[in-house]
Amino acid sequence: MNEILLQIDGKQVKGKEGTTVLEAAQSAGISIPKLCHHEKLIPFGGCRLCIVEVGSGDRIKLVVSCVYQIEENLVVKTRSEKVDRIRKTLLELLLAHAPDSPQLKELAGVYGADRDCFEKEASFCIHCGLCVRYCAEVKKLNAVGFVGRGINKEICFIPEIASKECHNCLECFPLCPTSYLQAAFVLTEALAFSDASYGNLAKE
Amino acid sequence: MRRLNTLEELDKFRQELLSKRDPNKPCISICAGAGCLASGAGEVIAAFKSEIEKHTLNAEVDIKGTGCPGFCERGPVVVIYPEEICYLQVTPEDVPEIVTRTIKEKQVLDRLLYVDATTGEKAIHEYDIPFYKNQERNVICNNIKIDSKSIDDYLAISGYSALTKVFFQMTGEEVLQEVKKSRLRGRGGAGFPTGQKWEGSRNDSEKIKYVIVNADEGDPGAFMDRALLEGNPHSILEGLIIGGYAIGAREGYIYVRQEYPLAVVNINLAIKQAEEYGLLGKNILGSGFDFIVKVHQGAGAFVCGESTALMTALEGRVGEPRPKYVRSNIKGLWDKPSVLNNVETWANIPLIINKGADWFTQIGTEGSKGTKIFSLVGKITNTGLVEIPMGMTLKDIIYKIGGGIPGGKKFKAVQTGGPSGGCISEEMLDLEVGFDELTRAGSMMGSGGMIVMDEDTCMVDVARYFINFLTDESCGKCIPCREGLRQMKKILTNITEGKGKEGDIELLEVLSETAIEASLCALGKSAPNPFLSSLHYFRGEYEAHVREKRCPALYCKDLIKYYIDPGKCSACMICLKKCPVNAIDGEKKKIHIIDQEKCTNCGTCFEVCPVRFGAVKKISGELLPSPIADEERIITR
Repeated sequence: MNEILLQIDGKQVKGKEGTTVLEAAQSAGISIPKLCHHEKLIPFGGCRLCIVEVGSGDRIKLVVSCVYQIEENLVVKTRSEKVDRIRKTLLELLLAHAPDSPQLKELAGVYGADRDCFEKEASFCIHCGLCVRYCAEVKKLNAVGFVGRGINKEICFIPEIASKECHNCLECFPLCPTSYLQAAFVLTEALAFSDASYGNLAKE
Repeated sequence: MRRLNTLEELDKFRQELLSKRDPNKPCISICAGAGCLASGAGEVIAAFKSEIEKHTLNAEVDIKGTGCPGFCERGPVVVIYPEEICYLQVTPEDVPEIVTRTIKEKQVLDRLLYVDATTGEKAIHEYDIPFYKNQERNVICNNIKIDSKSIDDYLAISGYSALTKVFFQMTGEEVLQEVKKSRLRGRGGAGFPTGQKWEGSRNDSEKIKYVIVNADEGDPGAFMDRALLEGNPHSILEGLIIGGYAIGAREGYIYVRQEYPLAVVNINLAIKQAEEYGLLGKNILGSGFDFIVKVHQGAGAFVCGESTALMTALEGRVGEPRPKYVRSNIKGLWDKPSVLNNVETWANIPLIINKGADWFTQIGTEGSKGTKIFSLVGKITNTGLVEIPMGMTLKDIIYKIGGGIPGGKKFKAVQTGGPSGGCISEEMLDLEVGFDELTRAGSMMGSGGMIVMDEDTCMVDVARYFINFLTDESCGKCIPCREGLRQMKKILTNITEGKGKEGDIELLEVLSETAIEASLCALGKSAPNPFLSSLHYFRGEYEAHVREKRCPALYCKDLIKYYIDPGKCSACMICLKKCPVNAIDGEKKKIHIIDQEKCTNCGTCFEVCPVRFGAVKKISGELLPSPIADEERIITR
């Protein structure tokens, strides 16, 4: 693997060919906010919070750093007026769904996001897909998935699989950036649907 | 049917076909496209069949269900050859007379001809009708000449001759160079140079490559691709095989939305016929080139028209766009180089090969070559598909071809480019239509939707409508699109309902920036266009809604009141009887008044009040005149 030299926030950073800007930044101790990224998972590019500026002069463009691969001599700025404004708006959009999520509140502090900017709609899940992808890619179980599309999309545990697998795992719960309890609730609902789970529930 | 194994066999077969056809034999061709079928073309075709049988003319007259000629406004369209007499809005009841008078006695039936609304002149031939006369129909013109279910008809009009030309006279590289030279740009939306896209795939060292037809035409009001795929499916296949040959792909896919059942039937039939003739499959015409095509039906998601979402769906997964910064002509379907082009782009390929890139570049503007099919819909006299050379002005399209705005109304805006396109106002009507020109005007070419709006259209409501559509169709994967559009829709809905507040417009602008800059795919990136373009050209309307709670177009239901002008009311009782909530008070000879407490703003009174009175008014943003005293309501005249 070739080593690539690039510049992030004025700092010279080395990275391996084929890796992403986010990985290069992390290895250099530069922090970029993110909600849907997990080192064990294939980049998803869903939350868009890790957006950064690349290029220089009039050839600046915005890219999401969890997907964008590093290039020789690439100039990256992890913060700018525009980047901060977009992150603030993204956070405000999410705070409408989970206004008291500690992770969101902390980021809101950094970017000056107003938790009351938009009308509240208690749906908690921000569709980062961490639980879904972790279960599929790391555990290879597919016990939890997405159902529906767009604004109606929800996470859903598959009763037949969840009743057999989830009690011994629950590794997806702590990944949730907004509402651990919601995942627990959705799981419980799924289990209530499956005959096989009666035994397990009775034990608890 | 027989398999054609060599070029010579194909040529011989074509000669046989042509020798059996007498160009002077009468032929009744009826549009069998989805539009005309919906207005009864199926019954008209059946009526012609039985009438011809009745007169025992079966041997002397041909009957053909053809592709869509584009004049959907006046369907079912019937053209009688060899004279090319064009009859419009034909019903089964007209059929006996057409057969007796036109087919047998060779007379023209005046009453079924096109009549020019302004001059009163009648047009006998299709090409005399202003709607057609001002078009340049290179791509869609064959629709009317062939039975869309017959490969023989396509062969008879020199179909597949571009294919044999590339197989036996050109290398793949030469085909690519010709397409590059033509400067053809993708007809699906983004206008990416087709040759450049092909080149990337061709130059890739990967052995397996794909060519794909994007027939997931989801824009509301757009139906160009449907007409081509339904009407002339072999031309798409021919283009696709040529593309495969040029880039080195052995497999093609056609991704067609399932809402186009007739297109699905016709393209599947075309593939089957082409396979039987040996125009698809192994060693096509002895050229040594193998190629197969598969049809994939969409499942109703608009976002699957986006290239990476389409490919993900083809792979059998949920149709969501991919986040990667790699072009799909390098890593596309199953990570292999894949050229995805829109139906209309593929349909242009045989033309470019047959007539040459030099012919193609003569048409159009500097940046946009060739012709483009638009679906002209909305408040326009001649609804239908129009094919024009790039560079024609919006004004000419709307007035010369479209016949202007019906009902004596005033033009207000034209929306181009589908739901994520933009609205262009009257002062821009001289704009020459082209990819870059439309983008500079704040809209886009898109796939060629063109929705005309008149003075009764509220631009805020138009933006709300399109943002609502896109919110529904967002795949939900990324936040700026899913959440941003959800909020934009809410704010716009509030504004149209009179609940807009100071700062709303600015907040919409911030959300627009976020969606444009941070969305994952083109759906989100272009979604704010309907808002931004209408704000640009019609800011005053937004401000009137927010600040004065007034809808200048008198459209938004929550911002208008209906009012009966006592000076004009003749106490005819029509509105009073029709009001569904009994909100109108009055009697014979007693001027009617609307009880605003009961009124639901349904608009029935406005609709039914006779034009000669015109007593019912819509008002917005101003106080209702106080009701007149009871004694003044008695009409004594």
